[in-house]
Amino acid sequence: MFALSRSDVCIMNRPIHLTNIFDPASTPAQAIVELSWLVLWICAGIFVIVVGLLTYILIRFRRRRADTDEPPQVYGSNQIELAWTVIPMLTVVVLFLVTTRTIKAVQDAVPSPDTVHVTIVGHQWWWEIRYPALGIVTANELHVPVSHQAQPRPTFLKLQSVDVAHSFWVPRLAGKTDLIPNRDNSMWIEPREPGLYLGQCAEYCGTQHANMLLRIIVHARDDFERWVAAQQQPPVNNPAMQAGRDLFQATACVNCHTVRETNANGTFGPDLSHLMSRATLGAGVVDNTPHNLRAWIRNPQHLKPGNLMPDMQLTPQELEHIVAYLVTLQ
Amino acid sequence: MAFADAPLAQPHVDASRLPLLVQLHYWVVTVDHKRLGIMYICTGLLFFAVAGLEASIMRWQLAFPHHEAVSPEVFNRLFTMHGTTMVFLFGMPIILGMANYLVPLMIGARDLAFPRLNAFGFWLSLFGGMLLYFSYLGGEGLSGAGTAPDVGWFAYAPLTGRAFSRGHSTDYWILSLLVSGIGSVATSINIVTTVLCMRCRGMTLARLPLFVWMMLVVAVMILFAMPPLTAAQVMLLLDRYLGTRFFDTQAGGSALLWQHFFWIFGHPEVYILMVPGFAAVSEIIPVFSRKPIFGYAAMVGATVSIGFISMGVWAHHMFSVGMSVTANSFFAASTMLISVPTGIKIFNWLATMYGGKLRFATPMLFCVGFLFQFLCAGLTGIMLAAVPFNWQLTDSYFVVAHFHYVLIGGLLFTIFAAIYYWFPKATGRMLSETLGRWHFWLLVIGFNLTFGPQHILGILGMPRRIYTYAPGRGWELWNLLSSIGVVFQGLAVLFFVWNVIRALRQGPPAGDDPWDAWTLEWTTTSPPPEYNFETLPEVQSRRPLWDLKHPNDPDGRHE
Repeated sequence: MFALSRSDVCIMNRPIHLTNIFDPASTPAQAIVELSWLVLWICAGIFVIVVGLLTYILIRFRRRRADTDEPPQVYGSNQIELAWTVIPMLTVVVLFLVTTRTIKAVQDAVPSPDTVHVTIVGHQWWWEIRYPALGIVTANELHVPVSHQAQPRPTFLKLQSVDVAHSFWVPRLAGKTDLIPNRDNSMWIEPREPGLYLGQCAEYCGTQHANMLLRIIVHARDDFERWVAAQQQPPVNNPAMQAGRDLFQATACVNCHTVRETNANGTFGPDLSHLMSRATLGAGVVDNTPHNLRAWIRNPQHLKPGNLMPDMQLTPQELEHIVAYLVTLQ
Repeated sequence: MAFADAPLAQPHVDASRLPLLVQLHYWVVTVDHKRLGIMYICTGLLFFAVAGLEASIMRWQLAFPHHEAVSPEVFNRLFTMHGTTMVFLFGMPIILGMANYLVPLMIGARDLAFPRLNAFGFWLSLFGGMLLYFSYLGGEGLSGAGTAPDVGWFAYAPLTGRAFSRGHSTDYWILSLLVSGIGSVATSINIVTTVLCMRCRGMTLARLPLFVWMMLVVAVMILFAMPPLTAAQVMLLLDRYLGTRFFDTQAGGSALLWQHFFWIFGHPEVYILMVPGFAAVSEIIPVFSRKPIFGYAAMVGATVSIGFISMGVWAHHMFSVGMSVTANSFFAASTMLISVPTGIKIFNWLATMYGGKLRFATPMLFCVGFLFQFLCAGLTGIMLAAVPFNWQLTDSYFVVAHFHYVLIGGLLFTIFAAIYYWFPKATGRMLSETLGRWHFWLLVIGFNLTFGPQHILGILGMPRRIYTYAPGRGWELWNLLSSIGVVFQGLAVLFFVWNVIRALRQGPPAGDDPWDAWTLEWTTTSPPPEYNFETLPEVQSRRPLWDLKHPNDPDGRHE
């Protein structure tokens, strides 16, 4: 069933490492990691003390054979109880203070004038990505500029959902924030290195929760401007593909998908105006190749069972026309 | 009525010699707290086996990337049923069963205060559980969508609304918890009343065995925690059938409202499940260390403060929903604070063992396993309380590892400790120590192999509740190890089952007091008669049997 190529973890011939939360590449993720190490060390200290004590007790106070006398009966000590109440209390105070400092640092950050603003809308089971100021709508791939210390250019995300609760999680860039219907949430990232960062939905959202994958592409400054310019272009209208284009506009595709400057203006499914500029199909299920695109349209339920795109019952010829047209949407 | 002439009313008939049908009838109509307790525990263990099988299928599916053992729909039902079963149909019946069996015996009473209410509570819990599993047959509904519920055990709105959950599977989930919740509340009222009103002469509150103190706190917590869940379930039913809009976000309802309602039940629930574990450990560790519990008053105080604080930590399940800085900081503080009384308990158990003469019989082995694993659970709990760290860890496999260290490494180990400890009392037979050690070591290895690697999976960015994952993300090895651990855990449980069957058939007789223990249940026969005590006891201290065995140095003067 999954015979198709799935090499989407490699880009530019370099393995992407990956989604380790201790390998931060963005300001908020960095702030989180610094706190995490501190907490981890404190917990490791407690662990060593208590396990050491436990091991010592287990060895030292084993009952020897033939020893049937009762040991001295000790009922307690208020001083000792006080000690192991007050010392943990002080530890808690320290932990609380450092935690609050980081909460404030991450949550109260203010966007600079140069900030990119993006709205992410969760759908079962894909991500709608809108750049209101730039007039771009895309899906499942968030393109952002790199941010340098000298010229900070963070990206602020407004998070919404049209159906159920989802959660936006790209471990190397930031912690999670949920996308909750009927509510606006926000978060921010400030990646310091160009590259590809993986993430996925982290709040159970139904059948295909596992395949609600997310790719963040961090561009060098000029590259980002080029990407914006390309996305702002109207979709390609190749006269040679007129048959496919007409067919597309005459089927129910248009009820759910948008291709700008055609009659396709549905919003249930991803915007297809620049479909072929994206690397994957079905929110990361397979690479976006003409071959996979054909397989996807022939029967979407085959590659991602349970997803909300129906089998359109196209004849083989109709399928070829529509795929040929869609492939031109660079 | 065919049974009318059966000699049920005669207390001295040996029940095991009656015809099978009469014996069964006896179990069905009983209001005896011991029989109900045993039925609660057997119900819990039965559902434990079912939930364990569900978990095994999930681990088989996740053992390899892109594995196709089950479909996504089936996987989603499995984790929903596994979670719901473990919390409501395994955890609750087991802890209520332990309280049922032991509380009257420990306080020198003949039964719970309301025996009929007790039977009512048990049967409601059992039928609630059966209702949940009936959904596999009846959940299809008219629209034909889904069988068992697939909304996750905390069933976040609006996934549970009619728009996203067609058919009746979610209704079965709601009604099942509603019904068994009523049973839990009934039993809790019973326990509170019994402890407050039916203690034997001389048993002041300051002389209550810690087990009873902790069960009292648990029962009170259930009384406060269950109503919000019940209210939320009723609201959800109204949403689904009468067109109200509490959680219907399409019509202006609030998804967060459900989360608040659920977790204001859900977090006390964690302690409702865990404190009975503490209760068992607080009885077993002293007996096998041959010392009284260190810091009795501090233990009671810590338990009561856990009860209070646990009512104010619920939103630590919601750090990623976009709460304000103030709310996040408040719940970070309350959550960290609860680690203080929990830490006090661990230190007191260690101090009880310190200077003792430790006997590593099977109950004590499980207590030691509990101490180590619960410590790990507590420390990962502190990490999760550090809100920014939580933003990374929540809803990842790290959380799965954390709460399994609490509920399996903590609670399940203490339940096995309790079963090995009180089985001789309940049946009059000793379990085998050899098989018990096999059971313990296989479970320790299997448990840590399954759930240890899941911490790493969470750190490597694997979210929970995904039915599949792509290769090449660094998750393969850890998932495989985690799945291999299941084999060891399964073997351990088989050893346990074998041990129980063997003991029931040919276990050596236990006698009244096989562990040389100190609380009142060990003064009566094993198993105790229906009326528990021939004459109601009178106590002068926390350890009445110590006083009896050491008349020269009774406990009372040290308290």
